[in-house]
Amino acid sequence: MSGYVADPRIRWPEWLPWIVALAAFFLLPEYLALGARILIFILFALSLDLILGYGGIITLGHSAFFGLGAYTAGILSAKLGVNDPHLQLVAAAAAGAALGLATGAVILRTKALTLLMLTLAITAILLEVANKMSSVTGGADGLSGVQVNPLLGLFKFDLWGRTAFLYCLTVLFLGWLVVRRIIYSPYGAMLTGIRENTARMHAIGAPVYWRLVLVYTISGTIAGVAGALLTQVNQFVGLNVLGFEISGELLVMLILGGVGRIYGAFVGPAVYLVAQDYLAKQFPEYWYFGIGALLIVVVLFAPGGILGITDKCLSFFRPKSSARASAH
Amino acid sequence: MILYVIAVGLSVTMGLMGFINLAHGVFAMAGGFILSYSMERFGVPFPLALVLAFASVSLGSIVLERLLYSRLYSAGELAQVLFTIGLIFVSIALARLVYGTLTAPVFLPDYLTGQVHILGRDFPAYRVFLIAFSAVLIFVLWFGVERTRWGAMVRAAVDHRGMAQSVGINTKRLFMLTFALGSGLAGLGGALGADILPVHWGYPLEHLVYFLIVVAVGGLGSLRGPFVAALLIGIADTACKYWVPELGAFLVYAATIGILLWRPLGLFGVRA
Amino acid sequence: MRLLKGLILVGFAFAASGAAAQTVKIGFITSYSGLNGNLGPYMERAVRLYIKLHQNELPPGVKIELITRDDTGPNPDKAKQLAQELIVRERVDLLAGVIFTPNALAIAPLATEAKVPFVIMNAGTSVISTRSPYIVRTSFTLWQSSYPLGQWASKKFKTAYTLVSDFGPGHDAEQAFTRSFTEGGGKVVASVRVPLQNPDFAAYMQRVKDARPDALMVFIPAGKTATAVMKNFSDLGLDKAGIRLIGPGDITTEEELPNMGDVALGATTVFHWSAAGDRPANKAFIAAWKKEYGANETPNFLSVGSWDGTALIFEAIKQQKGRLDPDRTMEIFKRWKFADSPRGPISIDPETRDIIQPEYLREVRRVNGQLANVELETLGTAVKDPWKELQKKK
Repeated sequence: MSGYVADPRIRWPEWLPWIVALAAFFLLPEYLALGARILIFILFALSLDLILGYGGIITLGHSAFFGLGAYTAGILSAKLGVNDPHLQLVAAAAAGAALGLATGAVILRTKALTLLMLTLAITAILLEVANKMSSVTGGADGLSGVQVNPLLGLFKFDLWGRTAFLYCLTVLFLGWLVVRRIIYSPYGAMLTGIRENTARMHAIGAPVYWRLVLVYTISGTIAGVAGALLTQVNQFVGLNVLGFEISGELLVMLILGGVGRIYGAFVGPAVYLVAQDYLAKQFPEYWYFGIGALLIVVVLFAPGGILGITDKCLSFFRPKSSARASAH
Repeated sequence: MILYVIAVGLSVTMGLMGFINLAHGVFAMAGGFILSYSMERFGVPFPLALVLAFASVSLGSIVLERLLYSRLYSAGELAQVLFTIGLIFVSIALARLVYGTLTAPVFLPDYLTGQVHILGRDFPAYRVFLIAFSAVLIFVLWFGVERTRWGAMVRAAVDHRGMAQSVGINTKRLFMLTFALGSGLAGLGGALGADILPVHWGYPLEHLVYFLIVVAVGGLGSLRGPFVAALLIGIADTACKYWVPELGAFLVYAATIGILLWRPLGLFGVRA
Repeated sequence: MRLLKGLILVGFAFAASGAAAQTVKIGFITSYSGLNGNLGPYMERAVRLYIKLHQNELPPGVKIELITRDDTGPNPDKAKQLAQELIVRERVDLLAGVIFTPNALAIAPLATEAKVPFVIMNAGTSVISTRSPYIVRTSFTLWQSSYPLGQWASKKFKTAYTLVSDFGPGHDAEQAFTRSFTEGGGKVVASVRVPLQNPDFAAYMQRVKDARPDALMVFIPAGKTATAVMKNFSDLGLDKAGIRLIGPGDITTEEELPNMGDVALGATTVFHWSAAGDRPANKAFIAAWKKEYGANETPNFLSVGSWDGTALIFEAIKQQKGRLDPDRTMEIFKRWKFADSPRGPISIDPETRDIIQPEYLREVRRVNGQLANVELETLGTAVKDPWKELQKKK
């Protein structure tokens, strides 16, 4: 797990994801819709990794922030006529932050099962509210009529998904910079400390509770932005953005990639969504089976996810750097 | 009340064994399917089918426990959560493959249908039966845990596994049996409830939140807790739907949050 | 001279055959996995069966390629992404299918922007077909069944209570019924909207019982929810209290009737199709289904919508000899009439691009030992979507 031992400067392999993304843009123009979806989920997974991988908070209700951001952007446009994409993003971020702060302050006093339950309950409430207030949210039919003005006045969202892809890529890039900054800071080190040994952190006088609330708020903000992106790209919001399935799927994606290391959040969603795109077409009924089996296998035999496996492979070739590898 | 029977099994495994088993609903679903199948295909009478559901799910869970669950007893909560989610996914896919997408049809015996006249009001006979059954069950379980040797051994093993082992208690076998009991109870609950909570392939996920709420609110490791919680939630939910139908399930979640914040260990929880 | 004529003839022959090799691609989006939507196979089977049985009607050299995609339930963002890929990647000529309203609404703007005709084979909220000029619907709308239901009910019952699921089709059913029921002189004593995900109807049923209406009008999505409603209806003793259960046909669909058992007897519904309907086209349809898929399998209303939708597509293919131009296709769609549908004669309304079909009054009875929706009378032979008709008058 990267953290307090690592050097904050950006190492060259870290540019790989961006090169791959740009290559995909030019070489695979027909897959940009899927690509945009992957980028959005990477951003979402990054926000989860912050609290799960670094903060050690297990949550099944992260879709609350995602959905709130999605609906904020959607309602702003469809009901209030605010079509400027930048404003929509800012509003969604603010909503995510507000929810993160409010709920975090309340529930982070608890632990384990209770915490898990509370995250579920909060999301369930938001889902109910969205369902009931159909005049505002469109209810079970979803919110249509969302419009997004051309970005910077120039770039319209086109059928091919080009604008959407680059837009999501840009926002993801910024989000990544933010997350990276946090993790490689003393604050990030403290988070790792809290996760590893809470009692000791208390003993050295660290304000554990407030640190957790802060990371929860930041995570909520980022998740809210991801949700808004989904709305802007699809120009539609459905109730499923607040559902349990998305929270569960996100967890699977992150574990698959490798939790507690930023790039797990990149690898996981990419692999999951591409596999789903391909496999679910061939064998839709067996998709759940495959995912479940994979999850079980990963938990029992490869807790570090895909990146954990690659680490182990690489460490065979680099015995001298085993000290660095074992810090992961 | 079905929630109680299913949830008490979960409270047993989670509380007494410290294992977060989100896949508990899978056992309930299995029980429901077994009941439906045995009654429909083989004409097994209802009471016998219930026993069958309990027994076969218990036995089946032992297999699972030996093979998979036992590896994770000391793993962190995250691993347990993830593993059981994976198990849910695999089971619902299997259920769908084997049973298709339709629900399991259940036809209650005549003596349990219709209405019962109590204190001047009509009540659905089956629901009365369920409440009575649950009350008996809680008594039996309480007796078993508080008053028998087995109960004492389980409590000892959970409090301090190492110590229990050193006084000669076979903790491995104990956990296995306890897990079997918890899962069997889930199977029984699923079978009993099959008429009211239809059993189909998506069952474990659909009701996961409710099971967890009952256990969390009731308190881990307690037997009275889930009973009281299920009662409270059941009554509140029904009352809410009757008087203020517009609020729907809203109240249940709000109440859960309220109760958990006031008492993070649940109403009767004894250990974190 | 003869050689020249011969050469010209041969040249013509070559040109004709060369032009005829055409594949019509249909992008079929429905729900196969996912918790709320797995009725996809009922639709896909109908489409494939129709294609198989009617292959020789296609112009020579024309083939149909059916590309299926799973939207995993009411997930509009996924449905939209799939539609986008089908249009951009696979370059489909038509989009078809869709069970859920939000998915249809999300796809609509794409159909307009890319000019791809979109044949809706299930989603039943009235407003859907207004969202794009390239949408045509071959299934049904809730107003089509619930409005005549209210009219019929107002002559038989004085008071009614409505209970619907809280989503688009539910609202439609409630409004349609209430409107025609009150227009006919009846009184709706109360209405309740139940959440989509909640199977426990006991409390709601108790409330209904206490209100003592003559009839209870119910709409919930077809499937296990319907069974739960039935059971609660009888568990709480509403049938004994003299309350009649009525509603659109979604509440007594064929595949759920065996699960409901005798509690469903007597339920009166209005719908455009029943497996028990005594029409030659219907009998042929069901026989072909059983022959292809097994004697224990029955089609349901999603199958019928898809079957007729495929017939509609075939018409467009035949008339354009496999080269589909979007606007011309829509013109052909609008003028379509089909006498051999399993439901009876149907057509498309040229103004609204929605379906015009018969509506039957049915009752659940035991026929040959099995429960069936027996058609009692025909309430209308060419019922247009009343909601749009009423909009016009405004």
